[in-house]
Amino acid sequence: MVKARGDQEALALLTGLGDQPPLVTKAAASAVSSIQSNLAMWSMVQNAWYGLSLGSVLLLAAIGLAITFGVMGVINMAHGEMVMLGAYTTFVVQEVIRTRYPALFDYSLLIAVPLAFLVAGFIGVLIERTIIRFLYGRPLETLLATWGLSLVLQQAVRTAFGPTNREVGNPSWMSGAFELGQITITYNRLWILCFTLAVFAILLAMLRYTALGLEMRAVTQNRRMAASMGIATSRVDALTFGLGSGIAGIAGVALSQIDNVSPNLGQSYIIDSFMVVVFGGVGNLWGTLVGAFTLGIANKFLEPVAGAVLGKIAILVLIILFIQKRPRGLFALKGRAVEA
Amino acid sequence: MSGWSKCIWGARAMLKIDNINLYYGAAQALRGVSLTAEPGKVTCVLGRNGVGKTSLLRAMVGQYPIASGAINFDGKDITALKPYERARRGIGFVPQGREIFPLLTVEENLKTGFGPLKREDRNIPNDVFSLFPVLETMLGRRGGDLSGGQQQQLAIGRALVMRPKLLLLDEPTEGIQPSIIKDIGRAISYLRNLGNIAIVLVEQYLDFACELGDSFAVMDRGAVKYACDRANLDPAEISRQMAL
Amino acid sequence: MTPHILTRSLDRAATAFVLLVAAVGVLIPLSNLLLPQGSMFQVPTYLVALWGKYVCYAILALSIDLIWGYCGILSLGHGAFFALGGYAMGMYLMRQIGSRGVYGNPILPDFMVFLNWDKLPWYWYGFDKFAFAALMVLVVPGLLAFCFGWLAFRSRVTGVYLSIITQAMTYALLLAFFRNDFGFGGNNGLTDFKDILGFNVQAEGTRAALFLLSCLALIIAFLICRAIVSSKLGKVLIAVRDAESRTRFLGYRVESYKLFVFTLSACMAGVAGALYVPQVGIINPSEFAPANSIEAVIWVAVGGRGTLIGAALGAVVVNYAKTFFTSGPLAPYWLFMLGALFILVTLLLPKGIVGTFNSWWEPRRSTGIAADEASAAREDGISAAKMAE
Repeated sequence: MVKARGDQEALALLTGLGDQPPLVTKAAASAVSSIQSNLAMWSMVQNAWYGLSLGSVLLLAAIGLAITFGVMGVINMAHGEMVMLGAYTTFVVQEVIRTRYPALFDYSLLIAVPLAFLVAGFIGVLIERTIIRFLYGRPLETLLATWGLSLVLQQAVRTAFGPTNREVGNPSWMSGAFELGQITITYNRLWILCFTLAVFAILLAMLRYTALGLEMRAVTQNRRMAASMGIATSRVDALTFGLGSGIAGIAGVALSQIDNVSPNLGQSYIIDSFMVVVFGGVGNLWGTLVGAFTLGIANKFLEPVAGAVLGKIAILVLIILFIQKRPRGLFALKGRAVEA
Repeated sequence: MSGWSKCIWGARAMLKIDNINLYYGAAQALRGVSLTAEPGKVTCVLGRNGVGKTSLLRAMVGQYPIASGAINFDGKDITALKPYERARRGIGFVPQGREIFPLLTVEENLKTGFGPLKREDRNIPNDVFSLFPVLETMLGRRGGDLSGGQQQQLAIGRALVMRPKLLLLDEPTEGIQPSIIKDIGRAISYLRNLGNIAIVLVEQYLDFACELGDSFAVMDRGAVKYACDRANLDPAEISRQMAL
Repeated sequence: MTPHILTRSLDRAATAFVLLVAAVGVLIPLSNLLLPQGSMFQVPTYLVALWGKYVCYAILALSIDLIWGYCGILSLGHGAFFALGGYAMGMYLMRQIGSRGVYGNPILPDFMVFLNWDKLPWYWYGFDKFAFAALMVLVVPGLLAFCFGWLAFRSRVTGVYLSIITQAMTYALLLAFFRNDFGFGGNNGLTDFKDILGFNVQAEGTRAALFLLSCLALIIAFLICRAIVSSKLGKVLIAVRDAESRTRFLGYRVESYKLFVFTLSACMAGVAGALYVPQVGIINPSEFAPANSIEAVIWVAVGGRGTLIGAALGAVVVNYAKTFFTSGPLAPYWLFMLGALFILVTLLLPKGIVGTFNSWWEPRRSTGIAADEASAAREDGISAAKMAE
């Protein structure tokens, strides 16, 4: 009977039974082992859920990068700052709503998502037109210039909003949690997972089925020929970069719900994002998806064994070793097409 | 109306190249080249490797900037236009080496030609599939996975989707098996017989060019050194000029 | 004829540079020690330490230029080698404190006593001997670079991928050194040093000597780099930078060449770090921050990638500007300036100060023949890229 409860308390009760008739002790022992395996199972589920959750955050942060780096081949070290701008857009939207239309607070994120996309996307287009287009074909220089840009953007936000964390609230539908078996699932994590998958699906569909998506892929594969097909390559470059930046901005809206909104927000994601993209395989959005969730889950399963920081270090070392083994990532493009 | 939309309509546009010069750094690739391409005619440019044939085509589509001279198309000076602007005015290009988009499917490769078209015209003309039936059976295949001959047919089909007024072909027979060369030749003469498209064919394969061409220009060291038209065509003379 | 002029002119510049550094290395300490305080020409002690820091940065910049400017390897983790060298020296300095620490433990450094450790971890053994520590300054960064490079270059991880994983490497080390149980003082790092080789690290004389040593190390590092880049080996490195595959197909073992310079460069960075620590008096995990490594790259870019003098010069100029601006009322704007520097240098001055000067000066001087090989090759690359566009 106690066994059916199957949780931590029952385990404590059973192990604390002390002197009992042998039959009871035996039954208790079998109950204990079954409860323990039950608990182990649930802790696996728990880790898997945490891993999925972390994976969705990584994917969200990396997905814009998968476009600018993976599709265009442009290293954008200011990618994290686009995420940060999205988070600050959320902050501004919430401030306006709080002071003017408090009743609308629950819709603040719905308003912030398109705004963040526009703000970050616009700045992305601006960056592409003023800096990056002069550096095509020179990836290392692009890396340095965009790093400088990230410093400027961080300092600009620090000047405008102050260096401290800014308060971004959760709307009511994102607060709270529910129980599933023996694990607790918070609504904000669940929503972020769903949101990430939705963004991913929309992006994939956009690249596959729209005219702009086709033009983007054509320009990436053969810029010169794309131009001779009548595709305005410079416009496509600007829009692609804007799209990647805009998605980073959207990521910022979601991340503002679980992370501190500060000028350093972007910094903490940039290395992880690059790891995800490189691990998954450059130029392959599905690789990014698998890469993000693999890293997220691996991280969370390593954490209880090795501790949070050592777990992270272990993951970094594993990725470094992995890249040596497969420089093109998990899902390297294969076939005659790549050799051509 | 919709029937018209699915055609390759072309236009009676003329290309006039006047005395153009092109340099790669210090090396001069084109020296005062002049050439005319008329609608309904195939203009052949012949010559050995490295005499400037491909440079001439790339100058026409705007991939290499010319140092002097003028390119006039459809009554307007296009010398200063960017490659994509020239494509939008109706210059279709089938480059040497085909330059298929390797990771796009055959269908997507064809659709890249939609850029210059009005929204209601964005479809693949029926002629593309009747000229190259193999493309229709491979619509879902990645362009890079096709064989060389299939890629060449795709490259021509892709240029036709743009409904070009001027079609530039750079050695379409290079490394292609004879039966497909025959298909390509048939396609070119079909397009010529439409009467509305001007065609420039760069070739080294003399018999192929002689069969199709209406006028001929032989290049050597960046300049046109011999020209004739179909009426006074003498393949032996052209062959002699090319060999020199 | 032409190459002869070229080497001779470069030799002249190199000689001038060596003499300049030597003069600075001797004059600054002398003026600090001999002239009376308050004299117009007396260099205050804090400035000696500050300039000593710049000189260490210049060595770091040289080490980066050797691999980036001449071999095309952009490491965004060179700060890690610098910091490892610094930690090796820091460990020696910690052991020298002896029983003068707050807790008075003759063997264990303070932070270990604080963490209730009862004995010295094995990897701290031997650091009470200067010779061992000095060896470790070279061996630890060198070994890490060798292992890392062996894995990376053999599997042909190049370009931005290499940059990204070097950054991940220094980030992983940053996280590790922040941990208390890693045994290197955690967050606070190693500090409160007392003696180096029996001399008080705070003393004016010691500081002057350290400054002189740093200048000497800079000269030696410069001469080593010069020797490498002007030898046949250097030609191969430049070939690797400009056309790696072609060099490989010509029969060169590209990865061996890259591994050699990468390891050497890491050792140089380690020495720079080791000289840096006693002069600033502290080493902590923030030296591993990826931002530091990237900043060091921009020194090289500002001074002139592929010109050794430029790298050293860039390190001094940028850091002088940093000190100047961050200590004044303009402090909040320094990051704007640094960021703008990254952008403007890559866009407008891709050859850096010295590279630009060279390409302006050379044609004037020797009738346009002796243009800098390296910069000419770079320009070709750029125009080719433009053409491809």
